Amino acid sequence: MTELKLYQVGTFAAGNRLLDRTERTEQSDAWRTNSITSGHRACRGCGEALAARVVLDAAMHATEGRMVTVNATGCLEVFSTPYPESAWRVPWLHSLFGNAAAVASGVAATLRAQGRDDVRVVAQAGDGGTVDIGIGCLSGMFERNDDVFFICYDNQGYMNTGVQRSGATPAAANTSTTRPVGSRVGNAFGTGKSLPVIAMAHGIPYVATATVADLHDLERKVTTAMQMHGSRYLHVLVPCPVGWGTDSADTVRVARLAAESGFYPVFEAHDGEVTDVRRIRRQVPVEEYLRLQTRFAHLFGDPGHPDVVERLQGQADRSIAHFGLLEGEAR
Amino acid sequence: MNASQDLPFGVTLGPGSSAADLTGSWRTERAVYVDRVAPCGNSCPAGEDVRAWLYDAESGGAGYEAAWRRIMQVNPMPAVMGRVCYHPCETACNRGTLDESVGINSVERFLGDEAIRHGWSVTVDMPPTGRHVLVVGSGAAGLSAAYHLALAGHEVTITDASEEAGGMMRYAIPRYRLPRDVLDAEIDRIVSLGVHLELGVEITDLDALVAERTYDAVFLAVGARLAKRAYLPAGSAARVLDALSVLRSTAEEDAPLLGRRVAVYGGGNTALDAARTAKRLGADEAIVVYRRTRDRMPAHADEMQQAEDEGITFRWLSTIGQVDTDGLTIEAMELDDEGFPQATGRTEHLDADSVVLALGQDTDLSLMGDTHHLDVRDGVVVTDPVTMATNRRGVFAGGDVAPGDRSVTAALGHGRRAAAGIDAYLSGTTVDPPAAVELAPYEALNTWYFEDAPRQHRPRLEMVRRQSTFDEVVQDLDAGTALFEARRCLSCGGCISCDNCFALCPDNAVLKLGPENSYVVDLDYCKGCGLCVEECPTGSMMMEPEEV
Repeated sequence: MTELKLYQVGTFAAGNRLLDRTERTEQSDAWRTNSITSGHRACRGCGEALAARVVLDAAMHATEGRMVTVNATGCLEVFSTPYPESAWRVPWLHSLFGNAAAVASGVAATLRAQGRDDVRVVAQAGDGGTVDIGIGCLSGMFERNDDVFFICYDNQGYMNTGVQRSGATPAAANTSTTRPVGSRVGNAFGTGKSLPVIAMAHGIPYVATATVADLHDLERKVTTAMQMHGSRYLHVLVPCPVGWGTDSADTVRVARLAAESGFYPVFEAHDGEVTDVRRIRRQVPVEEYLRLQTRFAHLFGDPGHPDVVERLQGQADRSIAHFGLLEGEAR
Repeated sequence: MNASQDLPFGVTLGPGSSAADLTGSWRTERAVYVDRVAPCGNSCPAGEDVRAWLYDAESGGAGYEAAWRRIMQVNPMPAVMGRVCYHPCETACNRGTLDESVGINSVERFLGDEAIRHGWSVTVDMPPTGRHVLVVGSGAAGLSAAYHLALAGHEVTITDASEEAGGMMRYAIPRYRLPRDVLDAEIDRIVSLGVHLELGVEITDLDALVAERTYDAVFLAVGARLAKRAYLPAGSAARVLDALSVLRSTAEEDAPLLGRRVAVYGGGNTALDAARTAKRLGADEAIVVYRRTRDRMPAHADEMQQAEDEGITFRWLSTIGQVDTDGLTIEAMELDDEGFPQATGRTEHLDADSVVLALGQDTDLSLMGDTHHLDVRDGVVVTDPVTMATNRRGVFAGGDVAPGDRSVTAALGHGRRAAAGIDAYLSGTTVDPPAAVELAPYEALNTWYFEDAPRQHRPRLEMVRRQSTFDEVVQDLDAGTALFEARRCLSCGGCISCDNCFALCPDNAVLKLGPENSYVVDLDYCKGCGLCVEECPTGSMMMEPEEV
């Protein structure tokens, strides 16, 4: 019999009464930091609010509470700090939309100048502040290999301003700037970019992707990053019930399906080389992922666009093959 | 906010925490914790809370004893039941939809055997009530009632016409399914609670018994010991026996002579027991003749499989026309549109040295005298389904003599309910009827979180020994496989403290108050997104609309 950590739910759930504390997630600990506390104005079922707490709590645990956070403009900043309140229970700085990486580089330089090598710097932004508006500062931070851990919470659009397309919006998605009209079927194919791959191209020490559906994987990647120095980058998929048109209860489910369909590859890379992937456990067709979201509803109407669904499945198939996401496949 | 704070120029409000903003006011639905009933326990005729004792057993070690004690709250014979129960719990088990049902029966047997190995026992903690209850019949129903009555502080006497206690468990279930040392150990444990056991005693007059008022209440658990007969035109010589007497004399080490070819007529578990016993007694061939088809056979699938493995052969859609000198004439049947077998008139000869009839059993109420004044309908004593009370004051009945499934499991349940009924009768109170339950359906689970875990099956005895000895066929799980099997439980409808609700709330609106199963939804901040309910593996949460 193979060794299974089979305590009813194995290690897939956040915690487990029968597992050793070290094998449970930080989120299952009643004494977690709660970096972003209750009362914030995120929409219900917000994937980003959840991911931010998971990531920062894990980072706080890894740094034993000695950490500064820099935040770009975006949903996360807007819903957490309406004047004069703040939901943050960690040292937290906000400057502009596009300069989070630069501010974080500056904080790191300041700490170095002060001789404070015990305090670590974390920067966070949405996909707008990362892949579009902040990419210049971020690329600079990467190429200088500044000692900053940068996290992008990717909800695939400019959500709090009214769901506009970003460079991370998937093809065929219906946003307020990519309406499916006539022969146009939403966001154009062949546009957008993969920031994890761009980050890898900088040859920085650590790049990883994750989703809010797998807390063990997400926390492990944060912990790995916090144990290293230099520029590190984590890209977390965070479903947005409002912008994606999903049920607020389905946030984790839709993130899980993004990974299980192969549409969103979950992997990690050291020094620009992919070193590990999270294998698909229960593969589903991309359609199952798309159908939960009204931003893809036009693909399934009458007559719908089966050819477009086919094309999106093709994207998933290519990423499955490229990263070797299926069990037993070579990577 | 402190107005006297030294605020920068132009800033009128001091900093505050977002916790001042009670976002729970956005909510239209709220998440609540529920304890739904798992299908396993709901389907258990003995009334076991299967999910709860599997939960105990999942800890292993000391958890085994806790699990065993929880079983013992309702079922005094876990080692026996882990062998002979047809486990409707496993049929109902939600894991069957995912991969294969949890081997509840095998875990129960493991726990029962652990108890025997370690000498775990129970004690009577109630003070003596001074009341004396007579239990007629020492089968599963009688033993179960005696056990629960003794635990409640009553004095109990069991009488039985046989030489040894156990009823059908001893005289009808073959040893290869239920070894006698296991049965003896569990009966001894019940008797050692102070139960008086009077064997070889026939009760012949219920009326007199009640009139004498020696006992404060009587529980009739006399079973169904009469084998049903069929009229078979017998040419001559071939031996015709009934399955019950074949099994009984085999159990009494006085095996009947059946010959080299044995035909068994019937399609229930007793027919298979008789055929497998015949094989072990030396028959070259044991043929089961049944009127319908395999899928309509009432025998349990497990038993069927084991019988086929041992080389028992079957003649489907066949009925016995007449018994001849050298065998019998069988007639082919056809199923009509309603699925009833109809004769076709086509006959053939089947060689057989003996014919064993396994056509079911009837109750035998003659022992209660001609004037027992009990309501009897369809051959069984009419009883209240909650208390097992009969129409006579102070007389209760259960097991095969009462309506219901004729199984050891059902009999144990009858015994327990009767004990509760008798206890209430003696103390002048009433038993509340069971409350309506809300089941945890498969759809309420989030099976993503359950690890893929193939079922562990109990090993079987090697075939040679199965065809010639009465050694036990189905072997025990070992400690590793039993623990594994217990941990396959999905705990449908019952919190397992997995922390998903606490970990996945975007608003920190689930509070974790202790290490196990103590969460609270903080309604000041719960926005009602439903994430916790959706991601709860066991279906122990649900959304409830807010009153607007």
